[in-house]
Amino acid sequence: MVDNLRIMFTPEFFMAILLPAIIGGIAVTICSSLLGVTLVLKRYSMIGDGLSHIGYGALSVAAVMNLAPLKVALPVVIAAAFILLRLSENSRLSGDSAIALFSTTALAVGILVSSKAGLTNDVSHYMFGSILAMSKSDVILSVILSVIVILTFLLLYNRIFSVTFDENFARATGVNASVYNMIFAVLTAVTVVLGMMMMGALLISSLIVIPTLTAMRVCKSFKGVVLTAGTVSVFSFLVGMFMSLLMNTAPGASIVIVNVFFFLCFSVAGSLSKGSGRS
Amino acid sequence: MKKILECDKLTASYDGSNVISGLSFTINEGDYVCILGENGSGKSTLVKCLLGIKTPDSGKIVMGEGLKQTDIGYLPQHTDLAKGFPATVAEVVISGCLGRRGLRPFYSPKEKKLAQQAMERLGIADLAKRSCRELSGGQQQRMLLARAMCAAKKLLLLDEPVTGLDPSAAADMYSLISELNQKDNMTIIMVSHDVVKSLDDASRILCLCSSDHSFYGTPEEYANSHISSKFIGD
Repeated sequence: MVDNLRIMFTPEFFMAILLPAIIGGIAVTICSSLLGVTLVLKRYSMIGDGLSHIGYGALSVAAVMNLAPLKVALPVVIAAAFILLRLSENSRLSGDSAIALFSTTALAVGILVSSKAGLTNDVSHYMFGSILAMSKSDVILSVILSVIVILTFLLLYNRIFSVTFDENFARATGVNASVYNMIFAVLTAVTVVLGMMMMGALLISSLIVIPTLTAMRVCKSFKGVVLTAGTVSVFSFLVGMFMSLLMNTAPGASIVIVNVFFFLCFSVAGSLSKGSGRS
Repeated sequence: MKKILECDKLTASYDGSNVISGLSFTINEGDYVCILGENGSGKSTLVKCLLGIKTPDSGKIVMGEGLKQTDIGYLPQHTDLAKGFPATVAEVVISGCLGRRGLRPFYSPKEKKLAQQAMERLGIADLAKRSCRELSGGQQQRMLLARAMCAAKKLLLLDEPVTGLDPSAAADMYSLISELNQKDNMTIIMVSHDVVKSLDDASRILCLCSSDHSFYGTPEEYANSHISSKFIGD
């Protein structure tokens, strides 16, 4: 353990591997938790999960065909996000079964293609994530994305609230709700693809969903939920990251476990304060 | 009397079939109009057209001088909207000001004052900091009505405002609506299933009887017409 600590704080390791991972990681966690607030409250929680599987399929195909992974995965996942949001709005086709259909198909295609080509190394990175292997361009992309998401949230905060709370009313006051849904689809898709490289396809949806659920246990206001979700997810990321380095565990899974731990703590705190409020 | 909204030969469809065809009526300032009709008669489609959420197939809706469709305060049909949603009453009410704000990202003190006044008017000012998850059905409807008042310049459109309320909360809601109409000179358009109450309170009745047959007139005319017998019995 002490050895681990010593390695962690050698300047070379810190600058070359740890710092980019932390910067990129914080950027992606902020994006996923902010977008998560809207996705969870609009009951689109499973979209993140479905998109990550679709992204996994796209990345596998790209790896086998020797194409740049991001250039293939981003457009495919953005297109999928549009389709899934549309299906969810359309009452005739149930959104959750459509997501299940899409994501399992994409997952199957990804596994089929990569197993046939005998390519397992790159592809398993996308399945389980490899935050310490984030390239410089990934980090830059994550930071740009997080700046866009944070600015979107700041400038459009009141509209996002209205569209999330009551889409029909928002439309009646002249807000073009479809445009906002589209912006959300694109931002979610980009966040999912970037988050997938870090956390893996299996765990990215937890970064989207858990911080919001945690914040909802104790917060009464929308603003409180947004701020708490962002703070808790960044904090969980840092703690999880440190734990994984210290104990040699998988970073993605460690971060998720810390998130779940906070969820449980907040749940207890929430029910305690509710109980005392009643008595 | 000043005209506030005019509907001219409106035709609209839902799921490919015409539910409203050639509907014309005029609403004046200070009117209290009840829209009656069975399920599937096109009430919700008409509401969507009036709000500008849906474009009619033909015909037009003309708003009175200086009013836009986004100036209509809208109280949506009861849903489980607020259930489980983390938002304070104040946050929900002020979101009604969104339409007047243009492209400015944040609310001005003037709009905050407007929201405060709306909450005071409806007697929910003391709930401002409470989460809307904790409200009773009647309090939730008041919150949404306050939000509608923030959006409304002169016209409120209420879609079945008492659905899901217990009888005393429903009576409160009705007297509140009448008061807004009489004291504040707010024009009211209300979709309702409650024929008897509508005949008591409203100044005009719009009945969508079938896709090509409708009635528009005073409650007395409606009560004397043969259409009403179907709803209130002989």
